[in-house]
Parts: sequence; C-alpha cells; structure tokens
Amino acid sequence: MQARRQPSIRLARPLHPGAWWLWALGMATAASRTTNPLLLVLVVVVVAQVVAARRGDAPWARGFKTYLVLGLVVIGIRVAFRVVLGGRTGAHVLFTLPQLPLPSAVHGIRIGGPVAAEGVLDAVYDGLRLATLLICVGAANVLADPKRLLKAVPAALHEAGVAVTVALTVAPQLVESAVRVRRARRLRGDTSRRFALVRTVLLPVLVDALDRSLLLAAAMDARGYGHTNAVEARRRAATAALMLGGLGGICCGVYGLLDGTAPRALGVPMLVIGAALAWTGIVVGGARVRRTRYRREPWRAPEWTVALAGVAVAGVFVATSSVDASGLIPSLQPLQWPALPLLPAIAIGFGLLPAWLAPPTRAADRVRPRAAATASAT
Amino acid sequence: MIRFDHVTFAYADAAEPTLRDVNLTVDAGELCLVIGPTGAGKSTLLGLVNGLVPHFTGGHVSGAISVDGRDTRDHKPRDMADLVGVVGQDPLAGFVTDTVEEELAYAMEQLAIEPSVMRKRVEETLDLLGIADLRNRPMRTLSGGQQQRVAIGSVLTAHPRVLVLDEPTSALDPTAAEDVLAAITRLVHDLGVTVVVAEHRMERVVQYADRVIELPGDGTARIGAPASVLATSTIAPPIVHLGRLAGWDPLPLSVRDARRVADPLRQRLSVHAQRHGMSPPMHSSVTGAAVALAADGVVVTYGDTVAVREVGVELRAGRVVALMGRNGSGKSSLLWALQGSGPRAAGRVRVGDRDPHELPAAQARALVGLVPQTPADLLYLETVAAECAQADHESDAVTGTCRKLLDRLVPDVAAEQHPRDLSEGQRLALVLAIQLTASPQVVLLDEPTRGLDYLAKDRLREILRELANEGHAIVVATHDVEFVAAAADEVIVMAQGEVVAAGATAEVVSSSPAFAPQVSKVLSPAMYLTVADVAAALEDE
Repeated sequence: MQARRQPSIRLARPLHPGAWWLWALGMATAASRTTNPLLLVLVVVVVAQVVAARRGDAPWARGFKTYLVLGLVVIGIRVAFRVVLGGRTGAHVLFTLPQLPLPSAVHGIRIGGPVAAEGVLDAVYDGLRLATLLICVGAANVLADPKRLLKAVPAALHEAGVAVTVALTVAPQLVESAVRVRRARRLRGDTSRRFALVRTVLLPVLVDALDRSLLLAAAMDARGYGHTNAVEARRRAATAALMLGGLGGICCGVYGLLDGTAPRALGVPMLVIGAALAWTGIVVGGARVRRTRYRREPWRAPEWTVALAGVAVAGVFVATSSVDASGLIPSLQPLQWPALPLLPAIAIGFGLLPAWLAPPTRAADRVRPRAAATASAT
Repeated sequence: MIRFDHVTFAYADAAEPTLRDVNLTVDAGELCLVIGPTGAGKSTLLGLVNGLVPHFTGGHVSGAISVDGRDTRDHKPRDMADLVGVVGQDPLAGFVTDTVEEELAYAMEQLAIEPSVMRKRVEETLDLLGIADLRNRPMRTLSGGQQQRVAIGSVLTAHPRVLVLDEPTSALDPTAAEDVLAAITRLVHDLGVTVVVAEHRMERVVQYADRVIELPGDGTARIGAPASVLATSTIAPPIVHLGRLAGWDPLPLSVRDARRVADPLRQRLSVHAQRHGMSPPMHSSVTGAAVALAADGVVVTYGDTVAVREVGVELRAGRVVALMGRNGSGKSSLLWALQGSGPRAAGRVRVGDRDPHELPAAQARALVGLVPQTPADLLYLETVAAECAQADHESDAVTGTCRKLLDRLVPDVAAEQHPRDLSEGQRLALVLAIQLTASPQVVLLDEPTRGLDYLAKDRLREILRELANEGHAIVVATHDVEFVAAAADEVIVMAQGEVVAAGATAEVVSSSPAFAPQVSKVLSPAMYLTVADVAAALEDE
C-alpha cells in the first residue's frame, strides 16, 4: 500500500487568521522593545514584504498603504508636538521658536523656545516605534480576513459578535456613502461653508450608516444568528463574568509584555490566567449556542511556522532587552549615530519567513478585475 | 402554511394602525403576490411573517400570526430561520460575509447543520440558481441580478418552507429580473416552497402568482385569485388595463393569454390604422426644436474600467429621452458627466456655448439639473420648509420659488414634515423641485421610478411632460419599460458604455423583446405602446 504523500505542489489556501495575528503581534512586541530606527525600519520592511507576497485581492487586503500613511502621520504629529511644546533639551539647538509667556502657576510647561536636535530625534524614534506597532497590526488586518477571525470567536460572545460584524461591514460602506453624498452636494451648488460640512455631509452619511446597520442586524437575526437553545440565567451570567475577566487578564498581560517598564508579574502570568479564564468561559458558554463551521480553519505546519516566526522575533527582543538594552535604545545624550545590533537584526529576518512558508493566496481571488465582473453581468 | 388571524398592527408612534383586522391564509406551495400602493403596509405584512415586525421595528400587534404552526409571539426571527427565509429590498445590505460561498453557508452554520450536509446543500443551491461560476466572487463585484440570486440562495440553503421576498426585481434591468423570476418559479414548482412576494412592477410577476393579496391602503387586506382581485384593484399592470378596456373576461394576466384573445382587438385596430394611416402614435409634436445640450465623444473611466466610451448625444428642448441598458452599462456615469459634476476623461459637452464641467457647481446646476439615484443624498435639513428655503437661497431665487414648484409637483406635502418621513414619490418630487429652483434648461433623472407605484409613476410621467412642454430637455435613466413606453419621446440604449440603439421610442422599444412593453407585445405587429394609445385609437372610430 502506498503511503500518503505530501502533495508536491503547495495548494493555495488562506492561512488561519490566528496565525497571522500571532505573527503580527510578535513583530509588534519586538518593535515595542526598541527605539532603534534601523531595527524599526527593518521591521516595517519585513512586514511590508510579507504583506506584498501573501495578501489576497479581497477588499480588506487593499488597505496596507493606508496604514503606512497613518504611520507617517503619527510620526509627524509626534514631532510637531515636541517642537512646539519643547521637552527634552540638549546641546544641539537647531532653531529657536518665539516663546509664549505663561503664568508661573503652570510651571514646567513651555510653549515655543529653543528646539534641540536631541528632542526632535527622540520624538522621531518614539513616533517611529508607535508607527511600526500600527503597521504590524495593520498587516494582520490586511493578511487575515477580519470576518474569518470573528468566526473563530467563541459562540459565547455572540452578542458582541453582532456589533463587531455590523461595524466591520458598515465602516467601509461609510466611506462609500461619504463619497456619494459629497458628490451629491455639488449638485446643490455646494454653497455650504466649511463649518456646514459637518451638517451637510456627516448627517446624511451617519443616518445612512445607521439604516444599514439596522438592516444588517435584522438580516443576521432573520438568518438565525444567535439561534439559542434555552439556557438558564445563572449560566449566562457565569459565562459573561468568565469571558470578561479572561479578556481583561489578556489585555493586562499583553500590556505587560509590550511595555518593558511594567512589573514582571503583569506580563506572562496575567496572560496565562486571562487565557485560562476565557477558555473556561468558552467551554461553559459554548453549550449555549450551537453552531457549525462550513469550512474548518485547519491549523497545520504552515500555521505553526508563521506563528512561531513571530513568537521567535518577539522572544529574542524581550530576552535582549532584559540582558543588555543598549543596542535597542540608541543613545541621545551624547548624540550618536545608532548602531545595528547583530542578534536582533538577524531575529527580524525570521519574521520574513512567512513570505515563503505561508501557502500562496488563491490565484482565482488575485486576478479578478472589476471589469470582468461587469462584463459577465446577467 | 401562513395564517393571519385577526391581525392588527400599529407602529409605536403612528396614529392609525398600518394593518387592521387582517385575516388570511396562504397554503403550502403557493406563490402569493402582495400588491398595493406605497405606504399601504406591504413591507410590514412581509415582516410580520417571520416576526422581524415587531421584534425588530417595535409596534403593537394584536391577533395571531403563525407559520407552520409556529406562533411569532413566542418565536423570535432567529428561531424562525429554519422555516422562513427573508430577502430584503437591498440584497447588498443583508450580506454578512464577503464571498458567495460563505454567504450561502452562513444561515446553515447558525442553525448548526452538519458540515457534510452543508457542502452538499451549497453545491445544490449554486446549481439551482445558476450561480455556480460566482462561488468565489466577493459580493461587491456582483451585478444587481446576481446579488439578488445570491441573496435568495443564502436563505434557501437553510431549506425554509416559506420564502419572503420584498421587491426582488425593482432595481433590476428587464433581463436580470427575468433570471430572478425564473429562479423563483423554479423553487415553487420543483421544491414546493411557499413564496410570498411584494412587487410594485406587477407586470413581471402577476402571471406566475397563484393568489394575490391586495392592500388598498386603508389597513384592510383582500386575498383571492389574481384575475378576480385585479379586475377591481386600483393599481394594475398595463395588460389588465388593456383587458378591462377590451372587455376581456376572464382577464388575461400573461402576454401569451392576452394574445390568444386579442385577435378581434387587433383587427379593429388594423381597420382603424388603414383609415387613418399607419403612423404609430407619437407622444410629442415638437420636432426640430433647439438643441439644449450637445455632447460629443464623452469618455468616462474609473481606473482601467471604461464606463462610457465615446458617446455623443443631442438633447432637444421639449423632448423626454429615456436612457436604458443593463445595470452597469454606464447610464449613471454618462448622466453625471453631462451634468459636469462627474468625471469626464475626454469629449465635449456644450450647453449653449458653455461647458458645465468647467463652471463652478452653482453655475453648472443652473444649466443642467441632476436628480441622483438616491435623491435623499441631497437632503439634510429637518423640515421640508427648511429644505425649500435653503434651495431658494442656494439658487438666488425669489423666496418661495421652491415651495411653489413643489406644490405644483405634489400639492399635499406638509411644510413641517421631515424629509425622511416622506414617501418615495414625495421625496423625489422635493429633490426635483430643489433642482428646478435653479431653473436649468436640461433636467436629468437617474432611476426615478425605483420604488414608485403605478399612481406615482403616472404622476411623474405627467410632471415630465409638463416640464418638457415648458421647454426643458429631459433625460430619464430607467429600467422600467412600461414607464418608458408611456413617458419618453426618444430612447437611447446603452451597453458596455456605448450607445447601441437610439431613436423614437416606438421604433427602438417595439423591435426589442427585452424592452417591449406589454401592450406592444400583445398587439404587435401594430405599433401601440400604451393602453392610452389604444384607447385613443378606439375612441376615434
């Protein structure tokens, strides 16, 4: 008898959304531990490369550019605030802004005044770190269909599921209807002044969004969402308490992991406790709502490698930062050109593995221009 | 299958109940058509079947409604999902997932059906509705007809015994509507599904209906055989009006039945035609009028997609032109380009000696007025009076101009009403009045007939005729062939962004099987388009 062989070609399939999220959160954790611009830029490049290689052609997969722009905006805001509000001073004064005289009561706050290179650089590093975190999360959003992730959310949370599904569906439509209303406004001559924009555009758009939300919620209900077997109130309350406690624990744990200055006890232990609580909640509440899955999301070798790649990157950074953080936090006093620490840089390279190890996205989904769709319209 | 037992329903803030003491029974396997003017409670009646009304909308119900013995008082809509499938007016608004296949599986997942059964049912449903080739497509890339069929499929996979459809074909072009209706009749005949469907454009559905529920608008409901209900109902498709005019009994409801009894009428008309010359009836005597808008080589592109490909049109004062074509054939893009607000990649548009695209918005709308597909986009104030005042202000018109125009179009709109509370017809009239306040010579309307009942469409036809007689040039983009037959002087048919046919209504419309109105199909080869034409000819004798 012939043994079952691994197929020689890799079949295209979407990766489990959880794997993408673990990978992205791993990259984000790594980024949160450093302000070294070289490392941060490396993280962004790696993430962008994986996104370019493995994203689909679905509507949610086209938003990566938006996250990049958003990142730049974050850096810009950060720097602008630092320039205006001062903060860290240093020897290298770039220029001096006229200083606003403030009453002595607000001691310690300064508006305008000398702007030092150290301060600006500090703001740039900090903003870059924030932007990188944002881009990592954005990459997860682009790579994993948010609605498929939602399916993986336990049945016990189904009331929240309605809200999230509606938000996920209506939010993109909001942009669409804003464009439509803005265009329609021109038909009325567009005599409105700037302040009237809120009223003339925002109001119809929000009303539209509200209508759509209600329609969608009604449609979900009519199709059996939250179809319950009768449950007693006590069990309901227990589920809710467990789930909320668990999620709170997970949030604290993630915060502890991401913020190096938080007490150690807040990190991994809280994460474990939270996960345990949430899991109990799922088990207790799972009996409440019975659902099945049309296509089970398999968790196979590629999922493991992608998730582990992210975890490995995060692990190296967390370990390095607790041993010797000097390479991760470049010095500003004295002002120095940041060096590229070897080990973390190599670790970031692990994050690039999913670009090859994740299965390719389906070809049929990739090339399907809108023109072909309308041409074959009935 | 469905029982309404002394059902009275009133919305929370309404003075009058929407439905009053309704008693009716729909049997298993029936296709039941719900008819009535706008606001008569058609959607309410449909919502009551699975309990979306009042569980989702609020309101007070007395009496009992049961489906297959399940009472909607004790069962929420989600607990009726395995029994009743509901498809709303806008299928896109009800889609929960992103691709066709997932959408079909969604209801089954909620009902905890075994994965192996799910796979089988999804395949069956894909084939049943002829949408197998769409399985991996994202929802937003589907055409209107495809979306509607996917929506039907998505509730069908749960194997409901009852299917409730609210205006399934109102947004569709004639051919797509045929596809959807074919799918629905197939369900009734092959699977024995009970179907309750509301539809304004009865001419499409009435021939397939086993029974008709009429809601005259006073809260009562009447159920009966289609021919007997339609014989006396105030709103009826053209074929019924023709039947009444010719005194046919029983009333034919399909073109086929009508043709079989129409021989004597055809003979009478041909005698009349010989006596008075063969010329088809013309709606307008204005010929050779001044050109109000001339466009040449208009191109509209979105990225790589060409929406409008080198189209030239000439609009004359006093003429009503209908713009027809499939969903996505470039009608809206052309209208927006002509108005000047939409993008235009190439070509020339001239109104007089000016190009509206190069003028500021306020001046462009004084040349060309456009009523968009969703007229409500133009409204943002709290009362009709405020909207009218704002319109006067925007157009630098004399105070009260807009209100006067509105009163001419529809006299009974209260000044303090919120625009969102108006009926579809009233809202359309309000937006049209706002656009007319700027006194443009060219008026463009994008799908104005959507959601209008026969009476409102008649009124719209009269309004357009009056405006044309005052010297406006009018373009109406629409799928409604009956409306075109009655209202338009000329027809332009577009496909894939190009003009494929243009000319007098009678010539363009009667030569095409998809675009021919019912009267023309019944009486061909005689060139009559509307019941009014036939009546005029018979009176002449």
